[in-house]
Amino acid sequence: MSFPDPIAVFRTEAAELLEQVESGLLDLNHDLSDKEQVDAVFRGLHTLKGSGAMFGFEALAAFTHHCETAFDQVRKGIVPATHDLVTAVLGATDHMRALIEVPGGDHDAASETLLTRLRAAVAAAGHPAGAAPQAAAATPAAPVETASSAAAGQSGQKSGIVTYKIRFSLPQNAMANGTNPIGLLDELAELGTATIRADLSRIPAIDDLIATDLYVCWEVELSTDKPRDAIDDVFIFVMDEMQLEVTVVEPQGTTAEPPAPQATPAPVAAAAPAAPVAPSTQSTSAAAVAAAPAAAPAAPAASGRGAAQADAKQQKAAENVRVPAERLDELMDRVGELVIAQSRLSQLAGVSGDLMLRAVSEDVERLSGELRDTMMVLRMVPVAQLFGRFRRLVHDLAIETGKAIELVTEGETTEVDKSVIERLADPLVHLVRNSCDHGLESADERRAAGKSPTGRIFLSARQQAGEVIITIKDDGRGINRERVRAKAESSGLIAANASLSDQDLLQLIFQPGFSTAQQVTNLSGRGVGMDVVKRTIDALRGTINVVSRPGEGSEISLAIPLTLAIIDGLLVRVGSGRYVIPLSAVEECLELSVEEDMRSRGRSFISLRDSLVPFIRLRDLFRTGTKPDPFQKVVVISTGAERVGLVVDQIIGDHQTVIKAMSKLHHDVVTFSGATILGDGGVALILDVAHLVAAGQQQEAHLRAAG
Amino acid sequence: MSEALRKLPEHLWDGREELEVLTFEIAGEMFALEAVHVQEILDLLPETPVPGAKPFVGSVINFRGKVIPLADIRLAFGMEATTTTIDSRIIVLELDIDDEPTLTGIRTDKVHEVTTLEKSHGEPPPSVGMRWRPDFIDCLVRRHGEFIIIPNLKTIFSAQSERRERSDGPVDRTSR
Repeated sequence: MSFPDPIAVFRTEAAELLEQVESGLLDLNHDLSDKEQVDAVFRGLHTLKGSGAMFGFEALAAFTHHCETAFDQVRKGIVPATHDLVTAVLGATDHMRALIEVPGGDHDAASETLLTRLRAAVAAAGHPAGAAPQAAAATPAAPVETASSAAAGQSGQKSGIVTYKIRFSLPQNAMANGTNPIGLLDELAELGTATIRADLSRIPAIDDLIATDLYVCWEVELSTDKPRDAIDDVFIFVMDEMQLEVTVVEPQGTTAEPPAPQATPAPVAAAAPAAPVAPSTQSTSAAAVAAAPAAAPAAPAASGRGAAQADAKQQKAAENVRVPAERLDELMDRVGELVIAQSRLSQLAGVSGDLMLRAVSEDVERLSGELRDTMMVLRMVPVAQLFGRFRRLVHDLAIETGKAIELVTEGETTEVDKSVIERLADPLVHLVRNSCDHGLESADERRAAGKSPTGRIFLSARQQAGEVIITIKDDGRGINRERVRAKAESSGLIAANASLSDQDLLQLIFQPGFSTAQQVTNLSGRGVGMDVVKRTIDALRGTINVVSRPGEGSEISLAIPLTLAIIDGLLVRVGSGRYVIPLSAVEECLELSVEEDMRSRGRSFISLRDSLVPFIRLRDLFRTGTKPDPFQKVVVISTGAERVGLVVDQIIGDHQTVIKAMSKLHHDVVTFSGATILGDGGVALILDVAHLVAAGQQQEAHLRAAG
Repeated sequence: MSEALRKLPEHLWDGREELEVLTFEIAGEMFALEAVHVQEILDLLPETPVPGAKPFVGSVINFRGKVIPLADIRLAFGMEATTTTIDSRIIVLELDIDDEPTLTGIRTDKVHEVTTLEKSHGEPPPSVGMRWRPDFIDCLVRRHGEFIIIPNLKTIFSAQSERRERSDGPVDRTSR
């Protein structure tokens, strides 16, 4: 197994960072005073800049630097956050994506445009650095800024040297992660004249001491002519996990240490006093250590919830492991093999009568079953990943359509197979787009209808048996049934005045051609691309349900199987071959009576409770060239409205199927959607029900035309 | 002969003078494939026919938990069917088909050895006097008084996929 390409790893991380930044920006847009989000966005941009530069994405680093600077000013309270600024940076994140995707591309013009917009937003929001004192005074952090810049200014006049008091602590597992605190201290010392003191108060009693853990904090008094950023740069790679306090020491010593702007992710309580560093703790004697815990709590308390946050974040990072999907697929293959080997073992054990062997076989059976279940769960990810993208989409759509739209999400912790999530993204974009675009009325219309001017889109997910139900709901005008019917009639999809159930009528919006026609944009109901939604959901073996109440809105529910990798199937035999029919499509099984068989020589349908069901003799279709069994069975399958009978020789039984894709060389064979490996190591093909039904209908139409 | 030498396919030799190959036999003819593509040599396995597929790749096998197609080169070369013998083996190859690495089995009558073929003994397929499609053959290499055929699997497999449209499947295939 080769090592992952560092550039690829950076890209993945950058994508995640950008997602975080975006989500922070959207939250901020909601509540412009949310200091926490300002910090989060700043942090994200800062990390992106840093690691971008490290991996050679110079253009990205340079561009991101400007956004970071803008947010730094917001963070320091020089400029208030505004919607314009947020929108400008949101636009910039798209550009950053482009810079990451095509680092060598020609992005200069786009960069310039965005930066101009950004500058304009910053300028409109307040004044750039060096703001008028009145403007700055409006924000709480302003005094800090003026004080420190004054300090810098004063000392700058004399020597350009500022003395900082730096106090930092690294996470306990820092060394296990390869961080060397000595290296950091050396780097700090290189910036100027440094006095370093270690705070040993957190060192536990010897029995509790873990040799690889880091308990020491440091306090450094650094006199330097380097800018404040130089200190942050020392800690750039550990910034997210650590706690850092930097205060400027007034050379004159006239005022108490003013708290300097925080570079740390943890908003440390202002003027946090450094935890007492008792000289006695310099000795590591057990007595001193025993006394230490009393002093130790001061440090976490001082940094308040900052520490708690950092801890929580650290824990979360440790709990999640990023694994490439293909490795999971490999593991899945191995587990599949194990299950097959196990069933051979149990066959052997069953024959042998050796009790020891049977016991072992049962154990292996249990273990491999559990392993398989665990494997399934491994591939599950929460839908939050998916829903997160829609906040941005709705934000953009609101601007695009000029409507006020609010997105409400629910059930984000619901877990679905990773591959399902990925394939759901596109259809959901279509559905959300349609809801915003066609479903929701304009603010004026809504007011006139007595609704709140802000339209709401609900996106929810929940699990139900073996399926996940994803619902997109809006409180808009609902689907106009008359227009749907008129459109369907005019395009010949249904006969004039045909009686249709409400559900069938609403399902018409998913018909191909129905949506792509020009007139559809006038239709109150859903517009472009709904047939794509339908096709994708079909491919996922899911179903779509539409509910719509005029004036109250529409609700579209997608029911999708939790995993694509395993299905329940009905194993049947045709000639000497074995095939799997997806159980979800099976309606019933019945015997093909001898009379029916004889009678049906001339035609290929049976009557089932007074309805005509065409059937396909799989033996003929597959050209097995074998004689039919004396008592053939009919498996009636359906895809929604259509039903088709499949004549097989024998029904073997239920079979849980690990689906294997067919190779490229067999992509032309549409009768099968995949293959699976049976307990005896043989291969069975999985029937593609939709295609068989289509084939059955053709056959029926053919017969009708002929007869 | 020197004229012929110039026409040897460069993509196969790629500037090399020697080629490490696995030799095998199908219907009395000796074939060779570049050894680097060979994943494994298997005894015959139970085959599952795929109804509706082209006869050339008419079945699939279970190769260590993966379902892979089994190709029958005889059909590409229009050779006689031979019955399986105790020496029959399946060679599993990894080939790039439409730029996607694909595992494929090839049924052979007998697998011989891994050996080295020299470019200087190679000849491009003659344009006449051969019952096989010349573009299905990369080159012929003389050795111990016989010819070893190096088939161009890429062309063979892609020719098979081009024929997709013409195959007479039982169901409508426009929707995919």
